[in-house]
Amino acid sequence: MFVFLFIEGFPGLHADAGVYKPAEDFLSYVGPLVFGTVWAAVVALVIAVPFSIGVALFISHYAPSRIAAPIAYVIDLLAAVPSVVYGLWGGLALAQATKPVINWLFEHLDFIPFFAGPPSVTGRTMLTAGIVLAVMVVPIVTAISREIFAQTPRLHEEAAMALGATRWETIRLAVFPYARSGVISAVMLGLGRALGETMAVAMVLSATPVVTLNLISDTNPATIASNIASNYKEASPDRQAVLIATGLVLFAVTFLVNFAARWVIARSERSITR
Amino acid sequence: MSTSTPLEPELDGLSEGLSTVRLPRAAVLLVAALAVAVSGGLALILGWGLVGTVVLAVVLFDIGLPLWSRLVEGGRYAADRLATCLVYSAFAAVLVPLVWLIWLVLKNGLGAIDGEFLTYSMRGVVGEGGGIYHALMGTLLVTLATAVISVPIGIFTAIYLVEYGKGNRLARWTTFLVDVMTGIPSIVAGLFALSLFVLIFGPAIRIGFAGSVALSLLMIPTVVRSTEEMLRLVPSDLREASYALGVPKWRTIAKIVLPTALGGIVTGVVLAVSRVIGETAPLLVVAGATDSVNMNLFNGRMMTLPVYIYQQYSSPGIAPPTGGDPPGYARAWGAALVLIVIVMLLNLVARVIGKIFAPPTERRR
Repeated sequence: MFVFLFIEGFPGLHADAGVYKPAEDFLSYVGPLVFGTVWAAVVALVIAVPFSIGVALFISHYAPSRIAAPIAYVIDLLAAVPSVVYGLWGGLALAQATKPVINWLFEHLDFIPFFAGPPSVTGRTMLTAGIVLAVMVVPIVTAISREIFAQTPRLHEEAAMALGATRWETIRLAVFPYARSGVISAVMLGLGRALGETMAVAMVLSATPVVTLNLISDTNPATIASNIASNYKEASPDRQAVLIATGLVLFAVTFLVNFAARWVIARSERSITR
Repeated sequence: MSTSTPLEPELDGLSEGLSTVRLPRAAVLLVAALAVAVSGGLALILGWGLVGTVVLAVVLFDIGLPLWSRLVEGGRYAADRLATCLVYSAFAAVLVPLVWLIWLVLKNGLGAIDGEFLTYSMRGVVGEGGGIYHALMGTLLVTLATAVISVPIGIFTAIYLVEYGKGNRLARWTTFLVDVMTGIPSIVAGLFALSLFVLIFGPAIRIGFAGSVALSLLMIPTVVRSTEEMLRLVPSDLREASYALGVPKWRTIAKIVLPTALGGIVTGVVLAVSRVIGETAPLLVVAGATDSVNMNLFNGRMMTLPVYIYQQYSSPGIAPPTGGDPPGYARAWGAALVLIVIVMLLNLVARVIGKIFAPPTERRR
């Protein structure tokens, strides 16, 4: 049944795209969008990954066992909050709060291309979008890494402890080597979520089709998904087809990322059971 | 595991005997107090806000404690303390957005919600007033239709995977596709539903049912996964006992396997509904938006809560001349509060059901 749905869906998307796609302009149309999508996701991951690994370690190894389960539940609650509410928070509250940070970054670090102003006056910047996406990615990466950290063979940890290792050395010597591939695949699943996230980005960024690494200015590249969401209402049929085609590109990208993540997971599972 | 990395420390402490010098027990509190004092003093002098002060205090603490520990205890313990500090700080930092968000939604949302907000639609409303009745009804109807579509498909797929297609090629491919579909971006599901309905009904089609189709694409994988796991937990002793009594396979599944796994399946379904109910993008694309009440899933545009929030946010109306936010923002926060309450209630219901119907067999975890 599921295969049926999938097979039906793929040509449906593809036919529309093939009929209406402007051959020459499509690449230049989708180029900045692809860049924006990847850039926003990368910014989000750079922020999110250290935090999620820290939280996962906190839950699996540092927190007293009585409060670890409620904490894990609270982190899962972060994942349950609808994305449109995150967008609301990012657009109305976080954008205001980041303004002083942005100005400070521009004043002191403007030689780095990321912070080469002019600083935004609304606060709706790529940095804000990245933070919102990071908050949405953290629960996913945390949940998976936590499971994997907790699966570390008890004997490995106890052996390290018995040799007099401190807690950090135990984690570095016993937990990290065991969990590496699992954490990588968790990060890739988070990447897939960040790539496909629509509403939060659409509500934070005011988009222009540019390619820029600048994190703190008012002109930002849109992402594929947010571009679809914000342009859909007033689209003519031809334009709709173009948007559907960009959706197909997004689908291909996320499919590849997810596929790679599953592959890493499957490979690591095999190597563990062997 | 490679044990070539030497576990014994490169430090000088061991030569002094087994009893190494440790920091006093109160060191953590002491450094914390010092960090707060220093950053508080700096904030008073430089006139910083609360956020800057707290951030500076945490950074000072994270630097100060390992530094002291390095001077007294040596490098290994300093690294340990640094890691501990960083892990605790990371956890605290992640809690900040959650608390901030919930506080904002409660503060702004509670002000907006009253009897009128819950029972009026937005038809003909300019400026203040209006409500979410149409969006609430739309969300309930669309989600109901989604559940009606995806629950049978999901559960039957899971039954096939567990009971019939054990490890054959079709089952393997289905599992793989379900895995991949779990990560499909929601807007792509919306586009798929749209292109399907456009092919059938022409380009101007926007109906609530199309939204249900899009959402069920997102919901089916979740239902399949959770149901599959629950069915695998059913002990095969039960099935074999049933076969031994001469019960046919379909009856075994219907009378033995499903009732045993019922609690878990219902929990999974409720969680899937709570995930799907907050989806915005596909509904924005295929179900459209409207200001009036529409109870017919198969005719005309249909408003839903997430789309309502997005619409009120992106076109909030004109701010009152006395200053303050435009009226749409308050409505958006109110709708966000209602949506979050629904999602949290569903999560709670799922937990309670999971507790009540927990199968009387031993669990793996």
